[in-house]
Amino acid sequence: MERTTIDLWVGIFVALGLAALLGLAMKVGNLTTSSIGETYIVTANFENIGGLKPRAPVKSAGVVVGRVGEINFDPKTYEAVVSLSIDKRYNFPKDTFANIYTAGLLGEQYIGLEAGGDETNLKNGDKISQTQDAVVLEKLISQFLYSKATEGDDKASKTASTSTETGGDALDASPLDKIGK
Amino acid sequence: MVLHKIKRLLTKLGAGCVNKIWRLGAGGRLFWLTLLSSGESFRRFRLTIREVYFTGVLSLIIILVSAFFVGMVLALQGYHTLQKYGSSEAIGVLVALALVRELGPVVTALLFAGRAGTAITAEIGLMKATEQLSAMEMMAVSPIARVIAPRFWAGVIAMPVLATLFSMVGILGGYLVAVPLIGVDEGAFWSQMQANVDWEYDILNGVLKSVVFGVACTMIALFEGYDAPPTAEGVSRATTRTVVTSSLAVLGLDFILTSFMIAM
Amino acid sequence: MANAIVEIQDLSFGYKGRLLHKGINMTFPKGKVVAIMGGSGSGKTTLLRLIGGQLKPTKGRVNVCGEVVHEQDREGIYRLRRKMGMLFQHGALFTDLSVYENVAFPMREHTNLPESMIRDLVLMKLNAVGLRGAHALMPTELSGGMARRVALARAIALDPSIIMYDEPFAGLDPISMAVICDLIRSLNDALGATSIIVTHDVEETFQFADYVYFVADGVVAAEGTPDELRQSELPFVHQFVHGEKDGPVPFHYAAPEYHASLLRGAR
Repeated sequence: MERTTIDLWVGIFVALGLAALLGLAMKVGNLTTSSIGETYIVTANFENIGGLKPRAPVKSAGVVVGRVGEINFDPKTYEAVVSLSIDKRYNFPKDTFANIYTAGLLGEQYIGLEAGGDETNLKNGDKISQTQDAVVLEKLISQFLYSKATEGDDKASKTASTSTETGGDALDASPLDKIGK
Repeated sequence: MVLHKIKRLLTKLGAGCVNKIWRLGAGGRLFWLTLLSSGESFRRFRLTIREVYFTGVLSLIIILVSAFFVGMVLALQGYHTLQKYGSSEAIGVLVALALVRELGPVVTALLFAGRAGTAITAEIGLMKATEQLSAMEMMAVSPIARVIAPRFWAGVIAMPVLATLFSMVGILGGYLVAVPLIGVDEGAFWSQMQANVDWEYDILNGVLKSVVFGVACTMIALFEGYDAPPTAEGVSRATTRTVVTSSLAVLGLDFILTSFMIAM
Repeated sequence: MANAIVEIQDLSFGYKGRLLHKGINMTFPKGKVVAIMGGSGSGKTTLLRLIGGQLKPTKGRVNVCGEVVHEQDREGIYRLRRKMGMLFQHGALFTDLSVYENVAFPMREHTNLPESMIRDLVLMKLNAVGLRGAHALMPTELSGGMARRVALARAIALDPSIIMYDEPFAGLDPISMAVICDLIRSLNDALGATSIIVTHDVEETFQFADYVYFVADGVVAAEGTPDELRQSELPFVHQFVHGEKDGPVPFHYAAPEYHASLLRGAR
């Protein structure tokens, strides 16, 4: 079969397309950074997951070791059940602590794992018993204000008004409403 | 008098709707026949390669130049907004996600409909008007297998390639504006992008979209050409309809596909 | 007739209830050149499409090589069509292929011949129509007459036993016309084929046709050898053969009374 210049051009065209896809995969996408191969799944219960989303990263010491899988609601305990798929290369002890952290002040939420000291490691299907909920900013502020308020009843109204001035940039007035309740 | 006018308007509207539905069915039948006759176009892949040249390679220039400018504009606009929130490093993410998920497939499909789709419609329409398709039939060669199917598969192959190139070149354009021109940190540009663009959810879904758009745009162009009345006016109307229908189909399908992909 | 290769029996055909043909009977014996003549719009080309199986008759049937065309499935029709070659009105050459590739097209589609043999065959066919030297040209670079000859070479590429011509003389200069006339006759005799010519050019056709059918108002109005028809006293044939303006075929399209139309317009 004779070769024509058209064949050459089409060959170049398709090669360019494949190169672009490879470029997207390597340079733009996270195929290289998150090449999580085989994983095992553990679950963790949280009273409040805040804004945690499926596919959020699971980090330990700042390194991505896995991703959040499904997030479900347990109607018996009224808790959120989060399944984590963790890279098979990384093993964690049974008493590992799972926290929900926020990247930066307004960034996305992720799960941080802090290894404990147990001899046995977590296996596929295990449950992490020690968890800490997401920090909900509104709750935090209302707690802070509440504690301030209990320090001195007479100062309460004044504190509230000053905090409105200081923290007013990032927050609207809604957390303050909780003080009255 | 007014009643009469309303009645006539309604009749016209109804006839128009029936006509549209009829054409949808005819298009579906052509699609089915094309799939059935695809075996031959794969056995003689040379025919398809030839069409990839006409639909794909010859569309490269317009696609790449547009991509470059779209990427640059995205970076400029994105920076303008993001710097207000002090997160101008996220510009890489913005450019990449916008291109890979939406603009790459959609703008490529719209340009493709204008560049390659019209060419296909006009070519098939003229082949029909000059009895070339009839002649083929009389030579016991199925025009669907010999003419329609290779063009269809060429479009389906060319579209994802073009869309991928569009995204890549667009990101390059965005990079050139963001990093050397505006002065966003290069490391932050790429690393933020890599941290937030997902291979499967963003890139592969984008490619999948472009494959669907490729099927839709090429099939519409082929059908309009195949269905065109064999006159100069008929062919020119069919060419216009190709652009209109393809554009609407692409945008509509984009919404449907996006809602599916986000739901998954 | 025993040696008839194509037979049309009691054929009726029409679009949406309006019949174009009303019971036509024709026979095309092997080895003959048969012309179908009639005025514009009398459904001559449609007859060719019915023979080729591109249209289905409303009533009656067309036999090709003893098989009923419209009862064939797709495979069967394609099998019959491989025995046919058809020259379209304006050639219908594939504009994206060169002259050489146009003639090679049927061979490439239907045979597995090696490239060298295809080359020889294509050049033979082109030589037969006198255009061997034009094999590298594109169809757009050809004159009308040359395009028609290339299309003829393509029609006879697979040595068909039936060759159909749709208005082979339309829009040609006298020289090209004479060339095509000569080719139709000589190719028919050389290939031992049967030729069916649809035309309204009386003089040219009468020179070489063996038998002529006249079609008017959906029926065969007259038939016979050219000599018989020249002598014919039938008013329609007389008008057609001698090219008279008025006769059984009226100059005016059917219209209401002239005076009445004008007066109504004035009112």
